Amino acid sequence: MLFETILIAMREIRRNVMRSSLTILGIVIGVAAVITMVTVGDGATKQVANEISSLGSNLLDVRPGQSFRGPGGTRSGAPMFKLADAEAITRDISGLAGVAPIVSRSVQAIHGNDNWATQIAGSTNEYLKVRNWTLAAGRAFNDGELKGGAAVCIIGDTIQKQFFGALDPIGNTIRLEKISCQIIGILKPKGPSGFGSDQDDFILMPLRTVQRRIAGSTDIGSISVSAMDGASTQKVKADIERLLRERRQTGKNEEDDFNVRDMQEIVKTLTGTTRLLTTLLGAVAAVSLLVGGIGIMNIMLVSVTERTREIGIRLAIGAMESQVLMQFLIEAVVLSCFGGIIGIIIGIAASAAGAGALKVPFILNLGIIAISFLFSAGVGIVFGYFPARKAAHLDPIEALRHE
Amino acid sequence: MTTPPILSESNSPVIELHDVTRSYGSGTAEVSALQGIDVNIEHGDFVAVMGPSGSGKSTCMNILGCLDTPSSGTYRFKGMDVGKLSRDQRALLRRHYLGFVFQGFNLLNRTSALENVELPLIYRGTLAKERRQRAKKALASVGLAGWETHTPAELSGGQQQRVAIARAIVTVPSVLFADEPTGNLDSARSREIMELLTSFNHDQGLTVVMVTHDAVMASYAKRMIHFRDGFIEKEESNRGR
Repeated sequence: MLFETILIAMREIRRNVMRSSLTILGIVIGVAAVITMVTVGDGATKQVANEISSLGSNLLDVRPGQSFRGPGGTRSGAPMFKLADAEAITRDISGLAGVAPIVSRSVQAIHGNDNWATQIAGSTNEYLKVRNWTLAAGRAFNDGELKGGAAVCIIGDTIQKQFFGALDPIGNTIRLEKISCQIIGILKPKGPSGFGSDQDDFILMPLRTVQRRIAGSTDIGSISVSAMDGASTQKVKADIERLLRERRQTGKNEEDDFNVRDMQEIVKTLTGTTRLLTTLLGAVAAVSLLVGGIGIMNIMLVSVTERTREIGIRLAIGAMESQVLMQFLIEAVVLSCFGGIIGIIIGIAASAAGAGALKVPFILNLGIIAISFLFSAGVGIVFGYFPARKAAHLDPIEALRHE
Repeated sequence: MTTPPILSESNSPVIELHDVTRSYGSGTAEVSALQGIDVNIEHGDFVAVMGPSGSGKSTCMNILGCLDTPSSGTYRFKGMDVGKLSRDQRALLRRHYLGFVFQGFNLLNRTSALENVELPLIYRGTLAKERRQRAKKALASVGLAGWETHTPAELSGGQQQRVAIARAIVTVPSVLFADEPTGNLDSARSREIMELLTSFNHDQGLTVVMVTHDAVMASYAKRMIHFRDGFIEKEESNRGR
């Protein structure tokens, strides 16, 4: 009986191609919208995660001051770190891939007639490892340069473009504050960070050079630590906190006068935010899917009135109520599934285009495709039922008399 | 559920109406369309039901066609009390034993003649190959061989009514109900349709019950029943038929 009813429903859809395609338009748009929103949103989430992990994997950032208050959030009064703190972390804490003490300053860099405001970071070669930098050309610092505080530097890609364009800068000098500094290496570009700032706009110098000749103190501004792959950043974080409390003689009831930021936590927070946005956009799109369902119901209801005579003929010929109900329900479900499939195709195409335009990775989420397909089938059942019941309950005598 | 009700084959008459009434509405608004009628129709009979509008003949046809049930009295179809059947059971009775031809043809538009004729067989669950063969045969038997792919819009009124007759007889019903089958046709087409019905009645012993206004059409029948004001006014037989 089901087979015959499906056959009848399919013939009915084929008989009314125009009406059928108009009926499914809402579903097509709804499904396409849901898939596009979620796929592009997933891509954006992935993009943010990628960008942040380019800062350095398993990175922990240790700074004096109480908690993260954005740039310049250091609490006045909290003592700065010394090199000994970084050395203690290297010595006493296990599971570390690298420890880089950092002093940074904003400076004017001058080369010839060009003038550029940038950041300098004073650190060791560990900095490259911890922050995930690779050299595009030249070399890292040697021991003599590090110990002696030599006037050498490694420049970021932005500095290279700013001062030298396509020319080879290695061996040239640039002036930073009062010192003339020889360029020994160039870093591979990383592009803008997830926060929108240019990661490549900085100059790396030996720690001692910056301390002595630019900052004029032996303070360390921050310590970047990277945990080994597989090591728990949470455990490392707790270990560093314990060690520093000890070293800084923080009382039992006092809060930390420093903070350790786990980049993975920040990744989680940021990807959580984009994921929330994706969900919201998806939900808005899902509403349009619902509206599409109501569209199906409207057209089915109109078509029940329009097809009253046809229903009368079927009932007179010997169709049972349940068969008429099933016929209309199957018509609705077949239509909405068909709309769902077209919507999936359009949605995939649109999200590939959207991901390309927004320069985010294109990640096909099979789950959301399955869900939106099932949802569109569900919409067919729910919104097809009412018109179908109306059709099945028609009185054949009245229906045959209908003009 | 979808199997046909088992009815006695030999039992004659096919149709027995006993003191059947049908009224609509209730209380003071009650309108009586049939006021107690008795009709017996034998196998192989050809009955013309006549009468002016509002005489109760359409109501009677609806009851005979198992589309409606009596308010009181009994209707036995092949011995089965139709008044006691559910809506679905009556649908099955129609599916397996009755055929319908209407004044307005009532074909599915934008659907080929063949698919229209196949429709009752689909509801019966006949397999595709057999279904197609039987539908083609039925179309041939009404003189429409070669017209299988035409839709109703591409057929004349007379041809549409032939398709409707093919659809009614493709299931080999016990009784064919025709409600003003020539009402929308000119006299030449009407004669063709009546000759077709007469030949099915004569050659295959198909029982035909036909409602008509037209005395000329009624003259093709073996027997005429005249309705007036919900009663049977008179019954007469056509000699020579």
